[in-house]
Amino acid sequence: MCLAIPGRVEELQGRFGVVNFGGVRRKVDFSLLQRCKVGDYVIVHAGFAIEIMDEADAEETLSLIRQIEAALE
Amino acid sequence: MVDHKPDKAERPARGLSVDEGSGGSAMMKLISEVILSNVTRYGCGGVTLRELDDSGSIVVGDLEIVLTTDAHTIKPIFFPGGDIGSLAASGTLNDVSVMGVKPRAISFSMVVEEGFSKDDLSRIVRSFNGVLEEVGVDLITGDTKVLEKGDIDGVVVTTSAIGVTQKGRIVRDSGIRPGDIIIISGSVGDHGISILSVREGFDFQLETKSDVGPIWEVVEAALEAAGTEGVRAMKDPTRGGLSNALNELAEKSGVGMEVREEEIPIRQDIASAAEMLGVDPLSVTNEGKAIIAVDPELSDDVLAALRRTRRGRDAAIIGRAVADHVGEVVMETKVGGKRLLERPIGDPAPRIC
Amino acid sequence: MDLSRFQDRSLVQRAAQVLRKLAPDEELRFMHVCGTHENTITRYGIRSMIPDSIRVIPGPGCPVCVTSTSEIDQAIEIASRGTTVYTYGDMFGVPGTRSSLKQARAQGARVRVVYSLSDAIKISRESEEPGVFFAIGFETTAPTTASAVLSGVPEGFSFLVAHRLIPPALTSLLDMGRIELDGLICPGHVSTIIGANAYRVFAEKYGIPVAISGFEPLDVILSLVDLVRQHKDGAPRVFNEYSRCVRPEGNRRALEMMSEVFEVRDAEWRGIGTLPMSGLGLRDGYADLDAARIYRVKTNSRQSMPPGCRCSEVLLGTCSPTECPLFGSACTPARPVGPCMVSGEGTCRIWFQYGGYQKW
Repeated sequence: MCLAIPGRVEELQGRFGVVNFGGVRRKVDFSLLQRCKVGDYVIVHAGFAIEIMDEADAEETLSLIRQIEAALE
Repeated sequence: MVDHKPDKAERPARGLSVDEGSGGSAMMKLISEVILSNVTRYGCGGVTLRELDDSGSIVVGDLEIVLTTDAHTIKPIFFPGGDIGSLAASGTLNDVSVMGVKPRAISFSMVVEEGFSKDDLSRIVRSFNGVLEEVGVDLITGDTKVLEKGDIDGVVVTTSAIGVTQKGRIVRDSGIRPGDIIIISGSVGDHGISILSVREGFDFQLETKSDVGPIWEVVEAALEAAGTEGVRAMKDPTRGGLSNALNELAEKSGVGMEVREEEIPIRQDIASAAEMLGVDPLSVTNEGKAIIAVDPELSDDVLAALRRTRRGRDAAIIGRAVADHVGEVVMETKVGGKRLLERPIGDPAPRIC
Repeated sequence: MDLSRFQDRSLVQRAAQVLRKLAPDEELRFMHVCGTHENTITRYGIRSMIPDSIRVIPGPGCPVCVTSTSEIDQAIEIASRGTTVYTYGDMFGVPGTRSSLKQARAQGARVRVVYSLSDAIKISRESEEPGVFFAIGFETTAPTTASAVLSGVPEGFSFLVAHRLIPPALTSLLDMGRIELDGLICPGHVSTIIGANAYRVFAEKYGIPVAISGFEPLDVILSLVDLVRQHKDGAPRVFNEYSRCVRPEGNRRALEMMSEVFEVRDAEWRGIGTLPMSGLGLRDGYADLDAARIYRVKTNSRQSMPPGCRCSEVLLGTCSPTECPLFGSACTPARPVGPCMVSGEGTCRIWFQYGGYQKW
């Protein structure tokens, strides 16, 4: 059960905040996250933010294919 | 998803279901079973009922008169980008326009629920008139009924429109040949997704509004660039969206189609909202767009001409007709894979996950 | 952060190219357990881009499909007796033993479809009437239920809890020999909650290569690449492809909330059977929010799929939708027989919608 969309945290006030999903802004419940700040990218499922997305890890994953291609040569 | 009042029970199995009115294959089946099989006089010489084109036509001497009709039941009545008035005018005028004929006159019939606001009604009619002004079409007749409270939900508007052209100079939806280029006049999903997003329970704040509006200007530009010979077929992708319309064009013309997902214009916020709603933007209604199939020699000219118009500035070539897989639309996905673009079955509903 | 690069055509093509280079001749069966993965795979036409020898099998990753008939029947009964039952859209049309929530509503039962639990709570609060939330879903969704329980709900609001757990279900299925696989593609968002370490048992005890995959086309193909490499190296491990969202220990706060509110119990997976310790129920301390205990409805439930339906085999990956004689004829999204054709996470519905049955 996985439909969750990434978005950028635009506002944060205690338990609730607003996340911008590529132009669509929606109120989100942040009670499942311990630390989160405006500007973070979060994954939102059924109205709740479930995790913060790590940019460095994202870049690492994107570079994997280049690494594998190099290893195969 | 709109929540119906509990006493609006769904009909039991033998009665109509909501799916049968939503423009997809269920509706086509209904039309075939209930209407076509019971009508013995369905036209001759022009575009007959049996062709199930966007409009029908009759031949009178050297002229061909195009006629179309539509009922409009949209909820909410007032939505971002328009209302039932502008929708009723545009929808019907567009059905004449995609036959390659300029609409000339329209009728307006409304069935209104007791208690409906007169101010709202005036607003709706003014909005309707705005579209008439844009295209240069006259409202020459109408009808009004008021039903008791509860016997109808708000207002239902039915419009019919006519256009006149030289006999034979009609663009049907069945004239596509292998090799023809398929053009969409602008972004898809705007109307359907923005409507779904304002319904109760979803508070998305979208920048993009409904695209409701008349497309005669766009059609005229295509016809000027390619003529009724070069424009092989047209359709406005209303209920059932782009998917349904492309499938219908392919089936009626007896061709297959190949489209490229990355060429199909979809606005970013519409794509995001669609993702969140679990709805495919290719399956939802558009109310201000046209699919135009064109002679490949003239496709660049047509595209350039469309892009010079206000409502066609985002026009794009999305694919072409082929001789293979007749009646099927194959889509090359954004990442280079392949899948079928199927007709949607009924109304989309939000996914849970 | 430009996440669109995970859909980048050239990156995806390069990954597919690597996969073609690495793929062995023998057939490899990789199973995923998430309807959203099947959605990505089918929607982007990924099977048309990978070697035929790599078979990506959809497993029991559809929470709506595996919710038991007795839970559905309970929801219908509660709604029929006059308490509003709030449900996700996907569950609305799923047939229980005799009826569905959709059909029940047509007969006057009080059912409301909502996008989220927060919407249900809001509507219920405004209505000032009792309500029951049909809490289905895997570990991605269970914390949202737990959070609501702990934050407090309006008077008269309760939960019909039907959550299921993925790793215990998989271990049971493997132990019973009900599924056979050369690799496991794990669900990215369930994993954000339970953590990458939750799958070590599959690599360490069962010797099965594991890849925790994100949901973009590049994620899926990268996961397949790694599974093939693991297979070739003969050294199974847990590869966290979705490292941008999945931490080794998962989301601690979410897990704590779940543990506070829920206890683990045996659960019925529709069409499959009872799998030990694979479901959640409210702890005794929260009995006053437990709709099952409050309403105590008796249902004469048939614990299986409707007659003729092969969803149970589809869920276990032993039958593809096209191998079911009802697919596309007697069973379509407009007139579905089983849950796999109703739910947006159901394999049959996804294949029907996106022409997944095509051989390219």
